[in-house]
Amino acid sequence: MSLVVSTLTGVAASPGTVLAPAVAWDPGVVAVAPAADLDDASARVVADLQFRATAATTAEGTAVLEALVMFAADPELLALAKSRVTRGESPEDAVRAAAASYADQLRGLGGYLAERAPDVEDVGARLGDALAGRAPAGLPRPGHPYVLVARDLAPADTALLDPAVVVGIVTEQGGPTSHTTILARSLGIPAVVACAGARAALDAHEVLLDGTRGEVHVDPPADLVADARAREARAAERRAHSRGPGTTADGVAVKLLANVGTVDEAAAAAAGDVEGIGLFRTEFLFLGRTEEPSVAEQVDTYSSVLDAFGERRVVFRTLDAGSDKPVPFLGLGEEDNPALGVRGLRTAAVRLDVLERQLQALAEAATRTATQPWVMAPMVSTAEEADAFAALARGAGLHHVGVMVEVPSAALRAGQVLRGVDFASVGTNDLAQYALAADRQLGDVAALLDPWQPALLDLVALTCAGADGHDLPVGVCGEAAADPHLAVVLVGLGVRSLSMAPRAVAGVRSTLAQVPLSVCRQAADAARAAADPAGARAAVASLLGA
Amino acid sequence: MPTRTAVIASAVGLHARPAGLFVGLAGEAVRSGVTVTIGRPGEDPVNAASILSVLALGARHGDTVELSVEGADADTVLDRLVDELSIDRDSEGS
Repeated sequence: MSLVVSTLTGVAASPGTVLAPAVAWDPGVVAVAPAADLDDASARVVADLQFRATAATTAEGTAVLEALVMFAADPELLALAKSRVTRGESPEDAVRAAAASYADQLRGLGGYLAERAPDVEDVGARLGDALAGRAPAGLPRPGHPYVLVARDLAPADTALLDPAVVVGIVTEQGGPTSHTTILARSLGIPAVVACAGARAALDAHEVLLDGTRGEVHVDPPADLVADARAREARAAERRAHSRGPGTTADGVAVKLLANVGTVDEAAAAAAGDVEGIGLFRTEFLFLGRTEEPSVAEQVDTYSSVLDAFGERRVVFRTLDAGSDKPVPFLGLGEEDNPALGVRGLRTAAVRLDVLERQLQALAEAATRTATQPWVMAPMVSTAEEADAFAALARGAGLHHVGVMVEVPSAALRAGQVLRGVDFASVGTNDLAQYALAADRQLGDVAALLDPWQPALLDLVALTCAGADGHDLPVGVCGEAAADPHLAVVLVGLGVRSLSMAPRAVAGVRSTLAQVPLSVCRQAADAARAAADPAGARAAVASLLGA
Repeated sequence: MPTRTAVIASAVGLHARPAGLFVGLAGEAVRSGVTVTIGRPGEDPVNAASILSVLALGARHGDTVELSVEGADADTVLDRLVDELSIDRDSEGS
């Protein structure tokens, strides 16, 4: 007797719906003639990666592959492997071990270099495969568009991915912040990740992939397909006609703002249909520098951003450094656990003068451009810290002073923490990391960081309740604000500005415009009543009839 | 053996694109028959044509490194390599 599974559920990773045949794919299963020796293996892997780099579909993909090419040709990597072979190891084991030893060195250095360690191990595995006679299998080419189903996808696999052929992605592993998710969103391909049993259940079946709800229907009936198509067409139509300031269907204003990290990004956002910047990360001025940027340099940078946005709102976040975001001149020590260490506003305890000069520069930029920037501090944990920051910023001559709510204590005690400020901005990515005790850098716990976690929504609700007593506006910046259904929930919780990647604004605006505040509140209640993220998503999707 | 010191100008330190460009240049020199090493002063130098060895130095913006070249035209090669490390590629835009 066969068990018929009609719908699989996973984590909604990239929105949109698509109907296509599914093709299950396992990397690295094609048998070829083994490479003669380590140099031959290196030449083969280099040639394969170079071909992939020239054919890559995104600039990011090309850059990743070009780095892998250099690793595969590295003379010291090959020398280390050869010396292990002369000591009796097989070439395949030797090259994997050599790559692992370099990967360990990079991990020990932390930060950006540690993030390259898996790429070095990937190259070691590719060299080992070439020696053992296994060639990396390319993505399937069935001759028609298909939904790619895999255990997980590595950067080298996906760099060649053609969105006209791969029209949807389902992976068994991965999470809301994994490589597959980021890639699928950047290419606009609907995707569901963390979907257990997907390869066995979906291969060779017609599937209806719903990347908005995180569902995959196997051999779907015609009426389900017709519904999905009609829904997609309506959503596309709404996005195409969506313009101007954000509001609910009954006219409650919800500011739609951009997250920005550089002056170039700010200029690009200024040209778009956004109501301002909800999060300007000032780190780029500071990261990796041995000397503090001068006040004059800071004033010029902040002024150029304020000039570009004119009357529109611009929210600056003061320096968010820590041992994982190194700013050498701050003199912060190495820490075993940077997420819980001296970071964000806490660095002011070490170098108050740096924050003072940044606030001075922001105030001078405000005067020069005759604008009123909003300024907020990152990683505020207590009322005392919030009060101290507010006093400092107002003393510098700034008039819109706020704090980020990223630490659960600040959300739990929002009434006290927000007593002396003008606004609050919830950073959902860090708030999830701290509330769920799940490291943002660790793929194995990524599913815990789902922005639909009801515990995270409870903390947003508490923040709004605390702010309400002071009549303060609460905004959200982070992944959560870019998800149209979750945006409805956040507005229902009391949030009145949403800051996101600029390309997400149209989708959020068109969805919000369909929903009156009363229904936003019902959606918020439904999401918080759910036991888990999938339940919250499903409850809101069914309430919104989407 | 001709040796020169250089200060890392790149804001991100000697990794990512700046490291790739430096190692590419060192590799060209090595293929023409010279030996090029890079290291922190007082520590064992590494092969400058090896991207993994160069990354593993973990050299940050403002750090001082020592370059040595052995072979023909060593001074010319050193000049080019020191110049490369003295440019902040990140501020050039892309």
